[in-house]
Amino acid sequence: MGEAVAIGTRRWRFHGGLKLRHWKTLSLERTLATCPLPERLVVPVGQQRSGAPVPCVRPGQLVARGEAIALPSSPDDVALHAPAAGTVRQIAPAPVIGRGATEAPCITIDVDPDGPDAFLSPITPWATTAPAALRTRIREAGVAGLGGSLVPTAGKIDAAGDSAPTLIVNGAECEPYIACDEAQMLAGPERVLLGAQIIARAVGAAQVILAIEDERPELAERLAESAASLGDAAPAIVTVPTVYPEGGEKQLIRVLTGLEVPGGGTPLDLGLLCLNVGTVAAVHDAVVEGRPLISRVVSVTGRGFGAPRNLEVAIGTPVAWLAAQAGGYTDAIRRLVMGGPMMGVPLAHDDVPVTRASNCILGLIAEDITPTAPELPCIRCMECVRVCPAQLLPQQLFWHIRAGSYDQAANHALADCIECGCCAQVCPSQIPLVDYYRHGKTELAAQRVEQERATVARLRFEARSARLDRQEAARRERLEAKQQKLRSARDRKAEIAAAVARARARKQGNDEDL
Amino acid sequence: MRTFDVADAPHVPAPTSVRRVMGDVLIALVPGAVAHVWFFGPAVLVQLALATLVASVFEALLLWLRGRPVAPFLGDLSAPVTAALFVLCLPPLLPWWYTVIGMLFAIVIAKHLFGGLGHNVFNPAMIGYAAVLISFPLAASSWLPPRELADGVLTLPQALAAIFTGALPAELSWDAVTGATPLDRIRSGVIAGEMISELRGDPIFGDFGGKGWEWIANAYGLGGIYLLWRRVISWHVPVAMLGTVIVLTLPGAVLDPDTNPFPLAHVFTGGMVLGAFFIATDPVSGATTPRGRLVFGAGVAVLTLVIRRWGGYPDGVAFAVLLMNMTVPLLDRYTRPRVFGRGR
Repeated sequence: MGEAVAIGTRRWRFHGGLKLRHWKTLSLERTLATCPLPERLVVPVGQQRSGAPVPCVRPGQLVARGEAIALPSSPDDVALHAPAAGTVRQIAPAPVIGRGATEAPCITIDVDPDGPDAFLSPITPWATTAPAALRTRIREAGVAGLGGSLVPTAGKIDAAGDSAPTLIVNGAECEPYIACDEAQMLAGPERVLLGAQIIARAVGAAQVILAIEDERPELAERLAESAASLGDAAPAIVTVPTVYPEGGEKQLIRVLTGLEVPGGGTPLDLGLLCLNVGTVAAVHDAVVEGRPLISRVVSVTGRGFGAPRNLEVAIGTPVAWLAAQAGGYTDAIRRLVMGGPMMGVPLAHDDVPVTRASNCILGLIAEDITPTAPELPCIRCMECVRVCPAQLLPQQLFWHIRAGSYDQAANHALADCIECGCCAQVCPSQIPLVDYYRHGKTELAAQRVEQERATVARLRFEARSARLDRQEAARRERLEAKQQKLRSARDRKAEIAAAVARARARKQGNDEDL
Repeated sequence: MRTFDVADAPHVPAPTSVRRVMGDVLIALVPGAVAHVWFFGPAVLVQLALATLVASVFEALLLWLRGRPVAPFLGDLSAPVTAALFVLCLPPLLPWWYTVIGMLFAIVIAKHLFGGLGHNVFNPAMIGYAAVLISFPLAASSWLPPRELADGVLTLPQALAAIFTGALPAELSWDAVTGATPLDRIRSGVIAGEMISELRGDPIFGDFGGKGWEWIANAYGLGGIYLLWRRVISWHVPVAMLGTVIVLTLPGAVLDPDTNPFPLAHVFTGGMVLGAFFIATDPVSGATTPRGRLVFGAGVAVLTLVIRRWGGYPDGVAFAVLLMNMTVPLLDRYTRPRVFGRGR
């Protein structure tokens, strides 16, 4: 773990990136509202990257809002809480957001809007509460990275230990359209600022900053006002140039500190703890209100919706319900996406629930997505190299993956690709480059699994051969011993016979003497 | 439940296209072509039309033979770019069938037999140029004197007659319309023991390079700046190439000015500026890493100077580019940039 890096006033540049039309005002024209509860919530259980919490409720059971419905099976997990009061209808696989037709175990709850709440007790005043108690609360409340990673926040904080890191709250929503963090900061800036202070106390942070993009002056003003009312302890509000993909943790850290998170490493290697705005607000709610993570802000936006807006949505709310709250689909809608236009996952239908990772539901019209030119062979123009924030050679990666040389692609650092889509966005040949990289990564992962399987099989085979050899040797030894014994028995018999013969001869001789 | 068609991210079509890139190259060639017409007459327009037509026919034919869709590939404008670069490298009165042979080598052999757009190892225009230069060295180096040295230029009908029938106007002979280019003059002069200062007294020389030629080079430079502004090319190749020429020729010109031309004379004669902005910057046959492009540009400069000084041809840009094309896989391999967050 590195010494905490202090963040000064100097800003750096990261390699590549794009200036994109931001489309944020589309949803920000309407203020943040709470989405009404649907009749039924479908809460996916396996929302974490690794492992999954285990459901701790039974079908037919009554649950209160905020009650734990699934408990973590490992420290990489967090608990899941009922987003609304009601009755557990079933625990079964259901369609969820993902590439292709994806199903995952879900807990379905028939919502009772008048049902009870079962929140944790608020921790007040948190400013004098022991850091350990705050960390425990963050874990209990099931707070996870709402930027999309869903990494348990408590795990990140525990990993920081007593290193007194610099806390960076990432408010740079660089992808077009997505404005959930901004809407949240505009509606309740103090939640985010106080949340940051709570986390700072929990990890003993030396410095706390909130980074936002410099093209959001209204937001900067609002945050500055709120920060002024909180006094000296409030996080410093810093602005960073608006370049996609600046909201990427590694890119933001580069801009703020001039340092690069080591490949395969985490910001903690530089003494930095980086958390998303939504996550920080969730920590505030967990500590100050005792409210577990049961909802998040979602941007329902794009010209495919009648009234684009940002909504505070209970986890498990179906996308179709959400769409209806944003003025419904317009006739022009052609594509539905979870996430932004650069990295978002396309949805084949809207009967999937919002998860804790769903920051945006985007409705795009034909004008947004119609290709401007046919796909042609790569002309090696190097535009992709110029814009790649990971400083890769996208053109070479494409070439190797298309040729099936996945090892070569791995050698060209395919694993470091963050799938930001910049290369595909500038490609004059309009090649869907990111598709190739995803395919390459999948193939390499399959190869690794295959290799591991082969290694296990080889080890098993070697162990078996060794065992057979050992058995064979033992058998031989036994045989040898037996033969030895047999031989010695024969020898003895011969000896006896010889002795008998000698005795007989002697006796004969005696007889002759007589 | 409502269903939607799915397609993967990014959900924003690229705002650019191969057609736009190639179209920009054609636009950038306009000043150079206009200067060409001014100094050498409208014959170059005839050649441009002829070469573009022939290139497009070969392109369409080969696409059809290879079972590829003809329309999108013909519309990418890469064949007209090849045709234009080929024409601007050769004398304007080149007999028409030399142009056809040049395009045959460029489009059919150098481009499509290697796999078409994006797959050619060598610069197609330079392959066409080299084929014509090697096969017909005299015709391919018989340049008209620029306007200032002749009594005007050939008119369009005269040019058409010269290109398609080889017939010149009655009062002219081939000897009269073709003269030594400035590079030829320097080369033969230095070999004959003349001093550069004497040579530069020859009326064919202007301020830096040859009369007329230097203005054409300026026009190409202007086009090059347009390409840089439009980000069709990066600065690496032109800077490396022209910088290397100046750095390498400066010591010789300072220490022994009698036998070594001044650096700017190297830049402003022959195909150096055209090469630096339009030919060595060809993305398909060039290096794809920033450092690789620097090495590529420098390599073209070194080889051009070597050919100009010791080689058998007065100008060596084309051969230098073709030789450097061969080094591209190696350059790409050994000049990979450092990956974000990782050591070299």
